[in-house]
Amino acid sequence: MAKEKPFIHPYIPNSAPAIKAAMLEAIGVEKVETLYQEIPESLRFNQKLNLPEPFLAEQDLKKHVKSILFKNKTCEENLNFLGGGCWQHYVPAVCDEIVSRSEVLTAYAGEEYGDLGKFQMFFEYQSQLGELVGMDVVCLAVYSWGQAAGNAIRMASRITGRNEVLLPKTVSPERLATVKTLCQPATMPGHIDIKLIDYDTRTGLLALDDLKSKISSRTAAVYIENPSYLGFIENQGKKISEIAHANGAESIIGVDPISLGVLAAPADYGADIVIGTAQTLGIHMNCGGGMLGFIATRDEEKYVAEYPALMVSIAGTVEEGEYGFGWCTWDRTSYSVRDDLGQIRNESKDFIGTSSNLWSIGAAVYMALMGPHGFEEIGKLIIQRSHYAMNLLSKIKGVKILLSPNTFKEFVVNFDETDKSVKDINKALLEYNIFGGKDISKEFPELGNSALYCVTEIHNQKDIESLANALQEVLAK
Amino acid sequence: MTEEIRLRRYQAPVWSEPIIMEMGHQGERGISIAEVEEAVQTAVGDAERYIPAEMRRKELPKLPELAQPQVLRHFIHLTQENLGMEENIDIGHGTCTMKYSPKVNEILAGMPQMTEIHPSQDEDTIQGILEILYKFDLMCREISGMDQFTFQPGGGTQATYTNACILRAYHEAKGELAHRDEVITTIFSHPCDTATPTTVGFKVLSLMPDENGYPDLEALKAACSERTAGLMITNPEDTGIYNPRVEEYVNAVHKVGGLCFYDQANLNGIMGIARAREAGFDACHFNLHKTFSSPHGCMGPACGAYGCKGELVKFLPVPVITFDGEKYHLDYNRPHSIGKVREFLGNVEVVLKSYAWTMAMGAEGLLEAARVSIINNNYLDKLLMTIPGLSKPYAEGKFRLDQVRYSWEKLKQDTGCGTEDIKRRMVDFGLQNYFASHHPWIVPEPMTPEPCESFSKEDCDYWAAVIKHIANEAYTNPEIVKTAPHNAPIHRIDDDVLDNPQKWAMTWRAYLKKKKGT
Repeated sequence: MAKEKPFIHPYIPNSAPAIKAAMLEAIGVEKVETLYQEIPESLRFNQKLNLPEPFLAEQDLKKHVKSILFKNKTCEENLNFLGGGCWQHYVPAVCDEIVSRSEVLTAYAGEEYGDLGKFQMFFEYQSQLGELVGMDVVCLAVYSWGQAAGNAIRMASRITGRNEVLLPKTVSPERLATVKTLCQPATMPGHIDIKLIDYDTRTGLLALDDLKSKISSRTAAVYIENPSYLGFIENQGKKISEIAHANGAESIIGVDPISLGVLAAPADYGADIVIGTAQTLGIHMNCGGGMLGFIATRDEEKYVAEYPALMVSIAGTVEEGEYGFGWCTWDRTSYSVRDDLGQIRNESKDFIGTSSNLWSIGAAVYMALMGPHGFEEIGKLIIQRSHYAMNLLSKIKGVKILLSPNTFKEFVVNFDETDKSVKDINKALLEYNIFGGKDISKEFPELGNSALYCVTEIHNQKDIESLANALQEVLAK
Repeated sequence: MTEEIRLRRYQAPVWSEPIIMEMGHQGERGISIAEVEEAVQTAVGDAERYIPAEMRRKELPKLPELAQPQVLRHFIHLTQENLGMEENIDIGHGTCTMKYSPKVNEILAGMPQMTEIHPSQDEDTIQGILEILYKFDLMCREISGMDQFTFQPGGGTQATYTNACILRAYHEAKGELAHRDEVITTIFSHPCDTATPTTVGFKVLSLMPDENGYPDLEALKAACSERTAGLMITNPEDTGIYNPRVEEYVNAVHKVGGLCFYDQANLNGIMGIARAREAGFDACHFNLHKTFSSPHGCMGPACGAYGCKGELVKFLPVPVITFDGEKYHLDYNRPHSIGKVREFLGNVEVVLKSYAWTMAMGAEGLLEAARVSIINNNYLDKLLMTIPGLSKPYAEGKFRLDQVRYSWEKLKQDTGCGTEDIKRRMVDFGLQNYFASHHPWIVPEPMTPEPCESFSKEDCDYWAAVIKHIANEAYTNPEIVKTAPHNAPIHRIDDDVLDNPQKWAMTWRAYLKKKKGT
């Protein structure tokens, strides 16, 4: 039998026996176990962890992981029409180039002097997003759109001292689930009551009568999404904000910022707090790992004081004309939640930690590449291509488009008059290398046997026609 | 030993980059957008007709207009003004475990089989993703002794939040929530262990350290009552001191019916040596972007892998991944689940990188990483403890595990130079500033380095030599420390702006308004 080789790992320089011995000698101990003698025997795990045998050679590791990843079918090899909270848009190569650079990929919590570039990129992210949404204050990433919605609702609750929020029934169920968790169940003292407002099942628009009947002096905020989860553009934003304001409530508007070259900035129709995700701005889907949420408001102390997330402010330096940056009101954040005696400070504001800030850098690059005209053109292109899809699909026998025609990139396709369920249709579409729209028949039973389709700039005329042809065939079977 | 080391004559790139908002010219383009096809245009007409008049954007956003090479150069300059773990000896960031993130894992995570996957795809088309999540769950179970994990939390703080939600659900299910409204943590545990149960609605008590630096056991016992919902602590704490009586703390809380959560954001120093289960904990979490090598990404994407055992498993967020022997599935049918803490499955790409890292390490590698991180820390400690003005409060004579919280209190008294000054000065030698401490500063003028297993002996030597050099400067030429940095991309910042509503500006538009106003 071969002599047992010492365990030397390429990721661990001091696993080399000679150097390890020299270091132990410098410390003045004979064996490493002495250094963790504080861990009692009874708490030790004195066995070898039962883990799979490792692939010590990089080439073997790569082969192994690839063999698993290749079991996935991608939205590159297939035509993907899924959206609903995570969207496939084109990611410019320059975005990938910057977020892959080791200086940002492997940096963490360094301060302004070591990590000046990070701070400036964060400021440029905030600045450009501020232009899109029409707000003067934007924070860094929170975990997701749902988290941003929950945080904004909690901000509104603290600002107004009220504990009820009104949301349209058309809100994304996935986001609503996240919001619910943050609003806490009724059994908890900080509970915020979520009330859902009816909508017009013909247009998707919020039922203003129902809003008026449900809003009261208990309402902290009214939250709407634009474009909505179901794709339609809510054109009553101004009225909804007015109703909220007339009742002393905050108007929170969730947006997909890729729409904001053609759609009005939410600040222009009464939003007090704007939220959303920047995933659509140059970030790959990553099976949902491309999420990041943002929050934006006017530059008023009452809002800034309630943000849970980090935000960068521009500042001067001792050198005239030099730009510096720093964290604005750090003590507001959960990093600083305790006072010197360990007591909670009154001003504690939810929580923040490491979230998804590399993606805010990717989004900063994206916005700079696109510029005002890029956003305008992509907005128009998305609308035209998605409407072309609606146009073709609506011509298929038994297929109806609901909540149209005022939609941005997503739309509801109803199959009630066919003899197939969305589930079966999507299974059949897989044979054509097509990922059909998201099945919403359980989420929105009132819309029947329906799917939420998403068409963006990545779908050209031919792709859309492929979908229409495939659907035609599937439904004819 | 450190005297012989030649300090690097570092000079950071100084690009004096303008803000992107003031760059470029009207009409320049960074990227072209596809033209709409004629047939599409003919069929649907202009886009405007689908936007209700009141919802049309009247004025284009005031974004910069730059061509692609200039956008690229600007952002490359900015990245060059950043010190990633790969550019510097990032020993300073204690509690952060700035370990090497293998490049091969970036290649794997950059494949379209990861990046171009939609989370709502049919299960059959994401079997690879589900397999990774499932298998990494099994590994985390083994490493912790817990029964099941979720990777939905997008960071360590969201994992402790998940724990606070599960605490609530557990006591609610037992009908005891009405009177169980307190969570106990320690001041040397991460502030998220205070902030997240507070968000859920619990009252939180923070135990202060006793004279040896351990959370006060008597204070804990006094705090335990029928009101105790749970305990959320780290061990070793930020001080690097392992509390050998941790089981007694856990038992005291269990005795009154509370649950015990082990914040193992930084598992590194005890990985393969001790597990949450043996110490009696009911739940724990690992920061995959720390211990499990996924890169920190300027603060994310991250993952707080959260695991729990026994009857807590049913409360985990939905979906959980199951395996029927042939295929992997997403199980949403979990009536006791707390629901969702974020959309979809979490930062799956982070889990992929951690899976690959663990598969490159194996059981022996994990243990070696822990042991070498302890050796590195104690070696660095030897070097640092020869430096004038620096002290190591608490637990005298005891070895620390993966990190130490030092104090510059004496240096500050002697020279007027405090920890913030030294932090700034470090950048002049090509090192990222170190982490001082979370708030509050129980240890005065704190410094918390963590020389994890990725750092060589020479790395430790250099880092200690820089610290020693700066301490000597403080005694001989304090001005150079106080006015630092000198070789960084910028000079000392005017901090007064940051808390001043009249001056702070989070966006360029706000900055212009305030500048005009002054």
